[in-house]
Amino acid sequence: MSLLKYESQLREPLVDGDKDYHQVTEDIIRPIEMKPSRLWYIGFYISVALLLFGVYSVYREVTYGIGQWNVNKTIGWGWDITNFVWWVGIGHAGTLISAILLLFRQGWRTGVNRAAEAMTIFAVMCAGQFPIWHMGRVWMAFFVLPYPNTRGPLWVNFNSPLLWDVFAISTYFTVSLLFWYSGLLPDLATVRDRAKTKFRKMFYGVASFGWTGSTKHWQRHESLSLVLAGLSTPLVLSVHTIVSFDFATSIVPGWHTTIFPPYFVAGAIFSGFAMVQTLMIVVRKVLNLQDYITIGHIEAMNKVIVLTGSIVGCAYLTELFIAWYGQNPYEWYAFKENRANLYSPYGWSYWLMMFCNVVSPQLFWSRKLRRNITVTFFMSIIVNIGMWFERFVIIVTSVYRDYLPSSWSTYYSPSIWEIGFYLGTFGLFFTCFFLFAKYFPVIAVAEIKAILKTSGENYKVKMTDIEKADAEKFYIEEVGHAHH
Amino acid sequence: MAGGIKKFVVGSFDDEKVLFPAVKNVRKAGYKIHDVYTPFPVHGLDHAMGIRETSLHTAGFIYAITGTTTALTFMSWVFTKDWPLNIGGKPHFALPAWIPITFELTVLFSAVGMVLTFCYLCNLAPFVKKHHFHPRATDDLFVMAIECTDKTNDAEVQAFLQSAGAQEVNVQMAETGWWIGRYHKEQKLYKEEKGY
Repeated sequence: MSLLKYESQLREPLVDGDKDYHQVTEDIIRPIEMKPSRLWYIGFYISVALLLFGVYSVYREVTYGIGQWNVNKTIGWGWDITNFVWWVGIGHAGTLISAILLLFRQGWRTGVNRAAEAMTIFAVMCAGQFPIWHMGRVWMAFFVLPYPNTRGPLWVNFNSPLLWDVFAISTYFTVSLLFWYSGLLPDLATVRDRAKTKFRKMFYGVASFGWTGSTKHWQRHESLSLVLAGLSTPLVLSVHTIVSFDFATSIVPGWHTTIFPPYFVAGAIFSGFAMVQTLMIVVRKVLNLQDYITIGHIEAMNKVIVLTGSIVGCAYLTELFIAWYGQNPYEWYAFKENRANLYSPYGWSYWLMMFCNVVSPQLFWSRKLRRNITVTFFMSIIVNIGMWFERFVIIVTSVYRDYLPSSWSTYYSPSIWEIGFYLGTFGLFFTCFFLFAKYFPVIAVAEIKAILKTSGENYKVKMTDIEKADAEKFYIEEVGHAHH
Repeated sequence: MAGGIKKFVVGSFDDEKVLFPAVKNVRKAGYKIHDVYTPFPVHGLDHAMGIRETSLHTAGFIYAITGTTTALTFMSWVFTKDWPLNIGGKPHFALPAWIPITFELTVLFSAVGMVLTFCYLCNLAPFVKKHHFHPRATDDLFVMAIECTDKTNDAEVQAFLQSAGAQEVNVQMAETGWWIGRYHKEQKLYKEEKGY
């Protein structure tokens, strides 16, 4: 048994430096065992403060009603649903990395999948807050569940996209959580077996479910991961498709289009990757993981950003063209006057969206810029601002001018509590992420070990010599008889 | 099921390239490999040990179709029988509109069912205590445990493992839970196979 898998020498190594299995464990798990840095505490406390401000904003909304937000007669959704769609979209990149790239056998996913999946879970948690608190009478939230109730029983409307959303988001959250946690079990066992303190021994002992690393368990684990990836792939596409149905199945000009599902999914992946970049660039630096999240990883993600950004740009232009070509005066008015006209009340937001999502990512056609960390970090922020404005444009510019000019609303701008709620979800997201980065391995240790001998820098160097020595022997004896 | 204390000879390997021939030789010599504990999934090791393929994915498929039928039957019962609602004059049996929920429940049932089955089969749960043969089995060692019977000469097995390339060899007594009992049935006898 010499080489189990062959990888081309032309491919960049996925793990830099001279590593062996133990070194991988050391590098990734050491940050968990150390006291958190001062920077961690500062970040954590800022997040908790934001979260508390969010809790207070929600308290205001629940106590005094939805009027605490500036949503008004024609703009019923405002910032709230904008934020919902934005957060759900961010979640999509995690599933894309962990599921779709697994099916495509992309080795580089191993460096970032764990943190990206965590990001998905936290982002979906944040997203879920918005429709729930938007209900106003939140104590009635359980009305969305189909259960035999005392009202008839009067069931929920299974034909409504809003109910589809309930099912889609809750399924998405559950499946992502299961996928993430089942992947974490072996790594938590690694932390458990290294633990020195009593607390750590107990905590990771419970958390790792008694994982031993048995061959039979690994075999089942592999099967489980593969099937969960296969399930998550159509699931992630369905989630943003269903979110887009909230708009597309209505007859509001600007929403009633068939292009929405693919356009929303591409946009979701686009913004999600930008968020992964923002987080990863910080994480690799702070936790000293540059050998595992290499420039190559960052470049690969930037390629996804330029691709999905261009798909989104294509969709913007297509819907603009169809609005004109479709000859529906209301549709064309929504696009021409409410959006594309820079001097209309919200024209600025349309052009800001165009600039951030379509123009700016084109910089990534240049290899040099794709591999530049400062440019990537800056761009990841720009993209997420742009994607937030995309949802804002879709929601606000489509409805602020009704069919009746008499009900055209006054200029909508959010109230402090509406903004506070949004900031609060940032608090929730980063509080969770800081805790995750402190107590869990941010990189999938076992998966890195599995690719180490094919994609590690030092092994690739050795491989060149082995290759020369027994290239022929390798192909005839090993590849020829590889097991199925 | 089968409980009690059993004796195991444990050998630790630090390289999977040494492990594979060792597994082959141990099985050839007629010893019974209880298990090999590895820090990451070593591809082909299950095959080399003669463990049969898992049927977990079949279970996943069964859970999936359970989800599909649950969703479809429930929604049709509610909308055609229990409380038919007139929604914009559309048919009560609105199959196209039910596709999203049907799909979501298919995925949900399959994923939840598979993970629970996985945990059940591998006996994974919070507060489960198991015997760990080597703490570095989750770090950088490949740990082979050979089960001893009354007739086994464990000094001989230890020497055998050492000659097969094991770095560290010792004898351990371990309590066998029911997960160990199940394991026996899944192991086939050694036979020469292509590629190994």
